[in-house]
Amino acid sequence: MRTKIEVNGIRKSFASNGAELRVVEDVSLTVGDGEFVAIVGPSGCGKTTLMNMVVGFVQPDSGSILIDGVQRAEPNAKGILISQQGSIFPWLTVQQNLMFGLNDHPQADKKGVADHYAALVGLKGFEASYPHELSGGMLKRAELARAFAVKPEILYMDEPFSALDALTNLRMRNELLRILEEERHTVMLITHDVEEAIHLADRIMVLSPRPTRIQAMFNVDLAHPRKLTSPEVQELRVAILHELGVDRNAG
Amino acid sequence: MNKIKESLPAMAVIAILLAAWWLIVAETHSVIFPTPWQVVTGTVELIKDGTLFMHIGASLMRVGVGFSLAVLVAVPLGLWLGWVKGAYSTLNPLFQILRPISPIAWIPIAILWFGVGNASPIYLIFISSVFPMIVQTTAGVHTIERRYLRAAQNFGVSRRTLFRQVVIPAVLPQIIVGMRIGLGVAWLVVVAAEMIALRSGLGYLIIDSRNAGNRYDLVIAGMIIIGLIGLLLDGVMRLLEGLKSVRWRYAH
Repeated sequence: MRTKIEVNGIRKSFASNGAELRVVEDVSLTVGDGEFVAIVGPSGCGKTTLMNMVVGFVQPDSGSILIDGVQRAEPNAKGILISQQGSIFPWLTVQQNLMFGLNDHPQADKKGVADHYAALVGLKGFEASYPHELSGGMLKRAELARAFAVKPEILYMDEPFSALDALTNLRMRNELLRILEEERHTVMLITHDVEEAIHLADRIMVLSPRPTRIQAMFNVDLAHPRKLTSPEVQELRVAILHELGVDRNAG
Repeated sequence: MNKIKESLPAMAVIAILLAAWWLIVAETHSVIFPTPWQVVTGTVELIKDGTLFMHIGASLMRVGVGFSLAVLVAVPLGLWLGWVKGAYSTLNPLFQILRPISPIAWIPIAILWFGVGNASPIYLIFISSVFPMIVQTTAGVHTIERRYLRAAQNFGVSRRTLFRQVVIPAVLPQIIVGMRIGLGVAWLVVVAAEMIALRSGLGYLIIDSRNAGNRYDLVIAGMIIIGLIGLLLDGVMRLLEGLKSVRWRYAH
């Protein structure tokens, strides 16, 4: 597999009340082309900072980030970030949101692309709705559709479904897998939800508490659709939770 | 039906006030202070000789011109101040000093610069409504959530798209709030300005009615009409808040 994302020894610290707060400490990782990698870590461990550096919103203090072997500069539409809070524009309709990133297309074309992706995520009939008229799950669908519409090579997902209720969360995971079947992308997912990581990813990296570094790596050699109650999944879950230091509560 | 029910208490308060007013004037046998009925007949008189609409038209015209000029200046200036840090740190202190100066305090200078024609009140309206709108627009830009700006950056849109589809619509609800405040202040100020220098407008009507024979019925008629038109203007601004593309900010 060709390497898509290559992160070499990145570090980041912030000034906090005059003291230096080391957040990310010497993280190196690679993500293959078309691979789905999940990065799991405890709350406040620096996951989001790591993600923001890879996407390009935050510059690392040292180390390098290569996309397709080239130094990554500004954030661009080759890699779209989907975050926990979401960023669907509340002042645009669903269709206008989906058309937002389609700069180079002619107007009629944009509508066609937007409607295609609205249908793909199950938002047919809601093209003219405003975001405040939609439920949390539908907003996430719109967010996915807006990302897919620009045909990004990489999807960066930072706790994308954490704000949803458990049932909607599960539904969105299945939805994401279904769409990825149709349009393969490289995905880098950051989450604190071990089950979500096992459900979705080809490979899981476990982060240590702050200052964060990669502590362990697991391959998920299970075919989709994965049965979350299977012994293999449970075994993997216990192993990952052990790495996260919560084995006694793992049940 | 529910709407009528909801407005019943407000109607009752107004009715009680009118009754009390009437009763007190009747009991004290005041020769100067009019009864509500005298205010009504005074108003009818003004409508019949056509002066009422002339005065309303004059006031509205001055507010219309002064306020529109203020919008044209305040919105681009507010966006610029909000977007460009250097512009904000250069100009904001000056605006913060100018802003608390009552428009009434500007009246002598307005007369000195613009004379006693229409330009003076228009200038006063401009000065009074431009600052609240600048402040609201700038604050609107400053409070755009970072996730939206990042999303725009992520999709790599052009500057034009960034402004047209992110910055301006994100600030629009605040601009409308600023316009509501600005128009409210403008209406207050036009009446005050007309009391000083002009020969038309509702402010002039009030002062002239008092000076020319203590016509307090017309004074009060003028005051009530000012109140009603102010309410109407605010209602128009509130219609803007109902626009679908800004409702996300107000709707809960």
